[in-house]
Amino acid sequence: MNIAAQSSFVLNRRHLLGIEGLSHAEITGLLDLSEEFVDLNRQVEKKRASLRGRTQINLFFESSTRTQSSFELAGKRLGADVMNMAVGLSAMKKGETLIDTAMTLNAMHPDILVMRHHASGAVELLSQKVDGSVINAGDGAHEHPTQALLDALTIRRNKGRIEGLTVAICGDILHSRVARSNIILLNKLGARVRVVAPSTLLPTGIERLGVDVMRDMREGLAGADIVMMLRLQRERMNGSFVPSTQEYFAYFGLDQRKLAYAKPDALVMHPGPMNRGVEIDSSVADGAQSLIREQVEMGVAVRMAVLEALSRNLPNA
Amino acid sequence: MRMLSDRRPILLANARIIDPSRSLDFPGDLLIADGVIREAKRGIGAAGVPEGTEVIDCKARVIAPGLIDMRAFVGEPGAEHRETLASASQAAAAGGVTTIVCQPDTHPVIDDHAIVDFILRRARDTAIVNVAPMAALTKGLHGQEMTEIGLLKAAGAVAFTDGAKSVTNALVMRRTLTYARDFDVLIVHHTEDPDLIGEGVMNEGELAARLGLHGIPKASESIMLERDMRLVALTQSRYHAASITCGESLDILRRAKEAGLPVTASASINHLTLNENDIGPYRTFFKMAPPLRADDDRNRLVEAIAAGLIDVIMSDHNPQDVETKRLPFAEAAPGAIGLETMLSAGLRLVHADQVPLMKLLGAMSSRPAELLGLPGGTLRPGAPADVIVIDLDSAWVLDPDDLKSKCKNTPFDEARLDGRVIRTIVAGRTAYEYASI
Repeated sequence: MNIAAQSSFVLNRRHLLGIEGLSHAEITGLLDLSEEFVDLNRQVEKKRASLRGRTQINLFFESSTRTQSSFELAGKRLGADVMNMAVGLSAMKKGETLIDTAMTLNAMHPDILVMRHHASGAVELLSQKVDGSVINAGDGAHEHPTQALLDALTIRRNKGRIEGLTVAICGDILHSRVARSNIILLNKLGARVRVVAPSTLLPTGIERLGVDVMRDMREGLAGADIVMMLRLQRERMNGSFVPSTQEYFAYFGLDQRKLAYAKPDALVMHPGPMNRGVEIDSSVADGAQSLIREQVEMGVAVRMAVLEALSRNLPNA
Repeated sequence: MRMLSDRRPILLANARIIDPSRSLDFPGDLLIADGVIREAKRGIGAAGVPEGTEVIDCKARVIAPGLIDMRAFVGEPGAEHRETLASASQAAAAGGVTTIVCQPDTHPVIDDHAIVDFILRRARDTAIVNVAPMAALTKGLHGQEMTEIGLLKAAGAVAFTDGAKSVTNALVMRRTLTYARDFDVLIVHHTEDPDLIGEGVMNEGELAARLGLHGIPKASESIMLERDMRLVALTQSRYHAASITCGESLDILRRAKEAGLPVTASASINHLTLNENDIGPYRTFFKMAPPLRADDDRNRLVEAIAAGLIDVIMSDHNPQDVETKRLPFAEAAPGAIGLETMLSAGLRLVHADQVPLMKLLGAMSSRPAELLGLPGGTLRPGAPADVIVIDLDSAWVLDPDDLKSKCKNTPFDEARLDGRVIRTIVAGRTAYEYASI
């Protein structure tokens, strides 16, 4: 059984480099299209042919399990030929520059490049050098647009809306591309966004991005509809940004006691992978208020929607 | 001397009551019961007190809040042969110090909440004065990674410092200040750039040149202090310079305070009453860190105390024994004991009309209490009954054999001093009484 597309939404741009610059209509168009793919993905026959003949290269300069497999699955379900570049073993390790790698790949005529890179702005740099569509799968601490879209889809499906909700984003805001993309998207859709973190994990000037800044979980979670936890990288736990995992968990780890500060029907999210006992307690991560597994499911649907909506705008489509 | 441990009410009658926390100086009586100050006013008299009250005629001597020594190095745990919490507390009581703020450079370092807990329990069981520990600012005092400031504060640490070590990495200092602000704790920092100290062992200048000793420039202090002021401007964290010694630093401090930064500072009693000339023929009891400076610097420090630019006077109590002091000057350990002599040495400044008595007592009691959030440092009714009786004028000569401290490395060895504590009361109990009252 092959369901024909209901929505004819087209993303009238070549690349998806970030949430910044997307209009309200573009965001809701993508979310609506994603809903179709949620349904499709729950069926036995999960394939469509809308990307048949297209080549999708996943170019991950930073290791990733869930985002890369999610993009891979999304491309394959839409019929594209998907290739994963294991950059760790490739030319970059031999000293080739990002631009040379881009030009080399471009010569192979990929239609879509999905790229993750540890440096903010690297994806945009690549997009200037290739002919196909580029999708940002995370660049440094800048943006991770498909994560923000899948988070928005998860929230919308569970709360019925985004406008007017209070969303608390908690943890390592300083290093988080997920936080930046979510702040932009949620603000655009009318949510009230707070960031909650120790001062060492907050970038100077963050309040200018349209968020309330709080440094205490009790205050930060009070009245929240959504509590979004962020991963704390191991190398930042032992005295450089916070003193220890023990102290971080005591003051900023989401356990049942702190979750009780939020609304009774508050829902908990985490982009993964989680550090249990560091930023989140297992009883919360696996508890009734957790949406964490649903986020992963939404991830595939959202990436299919992005691939489909961008491909409709490709030449010869 | 006898130790009194009963907790009968005490009436300190016919006293000159000085309470720097409220700028009060008046003749009157002070009643203590159940470990707290009940009232301090004119004419309570023996008639107006509960039965069984011990009435002490102060003969117009001064009553003041017990002193809070904001910087004392104690050897426990790890160097109990030099000083224990018990011996330090005996010394403190004899010097009118009712709260010792001990430093974290012990073995192990106070960088774990279990050690804070240990100090507080040992103090409760063995010390006759209050003990309030500062915890380490960085793990192991290595200057690289911040400590668990939240958990340490919750365990009872009153402030955070790396003791006599400076955090040289400005990024570490910035992040630690930033983190500390969230917990509203006081950061106390020793401002000496170790690279500029180099091989230095005393103040840089003519005297060091004559003695053939390597000098320590004043810039080693002022550069670090200036850096810190800029980091405080960035982070707005509560900052306290641990030991200021020279005029250049005072200029930096004044600018920071005038700019409204949350900055305060201490000077040690040594830097206020001694100078580099006291080193004389390589006397290692006058080797300090930071070093004793020239007399014009000392004079400026004294003026800064009088003006309130320097907030706190501390003893910098640092017991060192024969092994570490009876050595060539360059090889000897720095530091001097001071718990027992801080007040008497400070009274020199009062008798010389350089610092008002109210200011001196405030810098040793109410100011540190405010900065550290301690309940003492005041004679307000309801406050803990940590009170001292001072004879301002009695002249005496310090005999090291009379010192309670385990180590005798005092720079006031056989010095003539005017004025002393004659009774120290901690939580309503007499912890020290001078024999010939």
